[in-house]
Amino acid sequence: MNNIFAKHEALQKAYKNLITLSPRDPFHVVIERPLSATVGIIEGRETLLFGTNNYLGLSQSQKAAQAAIETAQTMGVGTTGSRIANGTFGLHQTLEKKLAAFFRRKHCMIFSTGYQANLGTISALVNKDDVLLLDADSHASIYDGAKLSGAQVIRFRHNDPADLEKRLARLKNHTGAKLIIAEGIYSMTGNIAPLKEFVDIKKRHGAYLMADEAHSFGVLGEHGRGVAELQNCEDDIDFIVGTFSKSLGTVGGYCISDNDGINLMRLASRPYMFTASLPPEIIAATLAALEDLEAHPELRVKLQKNAAQLHAGLQDIGLNTGSHISPVIAVTLDNIAQALTFWNALLESGLYVNLSLPPATPDERPLLRCSVMAAHSPQEIDKAISIFKSVYNMFK
Amino acid sequence: MSDNVADISNMIIEKLLANPKVPRDINGDSKIVEDLAFDSLAVMNFVMEIEDELDVSVPLDKLADIRTINDLTLCLHSLKAEQS
Repeated sequence: MNNIFAKHEALQKAYKNLITLSPRDPFHVVIERPLSATVGIIEGRETLLFGTNNYLGLSQSQKAAQAAIETAQTMGVGTTGSRIANGTFGLHQTLEKKLAAFFRRKHCMIFSTGYQANLGTISALVNKDDVLLLDADSHASIYDGAKLSGAQVIRFRHNDPADLEKRLARLKNHTGAKLIIAEGIYSMTGNIAPLKEFVDIKKRHGAYLMADEAHSFGVLGEHGRGVAELQNCEDDIDFIVGTFSKSLGTVGGYCISDNDGINLMRLASRPYMFTASLPPEIIAATLAALEDLEAHPELRVKLQKNAAQLHAGLQDIGLNTGSHISPVIAVTLDNIAQALTFWNALLESGLYVNLSLPPATPDERPLLRCSVMAAHSPQEIDKAISIFKSVYNMFK
Repeated sequence: MSDNVADISNMIIEKLLANPKVPRDINGDSKIVEDLAFDSLAVMNFVMEIEDELDVSVPLDKLADIRTINDLTLCLHSLKAEQS
């Protein structure tokens, strides 16, 4: 019998090589217990958390936790079915209405994860007769959704409106639909998309535009609606996709639109139809977190201030960060061995950040990806900068 | 440049050789992943450079069938022919 895992031999070899360079497995870090949004126990020690995507700190919201407990006690812990069968509770519809109202749009469709929101939306919107134009640095869920759709997929250069326009011009005789997909904030680098410029281009070329605001929802824009709100082009984004697992601190995803075709998507989207719906306690916690997000705009102000503090601090040390100031701040290093040593030293010094390795990084170089929170105190950010500085000095 | 197969193949090899990590003895039969040690992202990024040279876009599904430099050449040649 052939070894069914033989196809992964190269992966196994790469993984083994990686582990030999590192005193710990970077893919199996365990947060034994969060003590708060910003501090957790890792390897038995109190560790500063700077790699959680918990931008507003709401994963630790007492209001959301209480809502989840009460809902689990009164409604049970799961729906045991998909949205089109027995898996639609009143709470699901309440959340869809609240989110649609939050975005000032007609429709919202919720999915069981953010990954499925991209998979389910993209695969329902386009098929083999259509063309998808994806930013080259798109998240894996967008590439996977594209594959599931069967549409022709064309990549354009990251955050490059001129490159997008050039590729759309080549499609002038194409008769199918054209859908452009960009992210608000890019998850690895923290880069912010020029959505307003993409809007101008999509109008000129008769294309649709979908924005994935997973990392910008609750974070950017006066009301937290994301990059489209920040750049004042919300009304021209045809579909907004995002997740609850970042700024709302729970799990799940959504697609927002004014297009009435959303009602058809509920009958055409396989990742929506063929999976269990979100359990009621998660919906209740998400609703409570959304209320928190709306009631506390000062969290976004604090988040921006914290992002600026961390970004400036890392740049002052001389580390190579991107130019965008967003809650995702990535330090680019030269090679994997250096990145592993750096990341291990940070963790041993009590600072957890994400280690991102190629090919999951945009330019084949490793990243130490930091995500800052509104919940971080200025002292915690200073401490993180100081740990980065002491480790960086070891390399000089 | 002209869009004939030989010219496209030469252009691809020239571009590849501009990368010092690529072996010097490549030819049309060289396998892009195995012989050139390109991962999937590197392949996509390289094809993007070639697209600009030829003013053509290669849909990702076409890349799935490409193993060698010759395969890539023929794919680009056929897309150019469809375009004109």
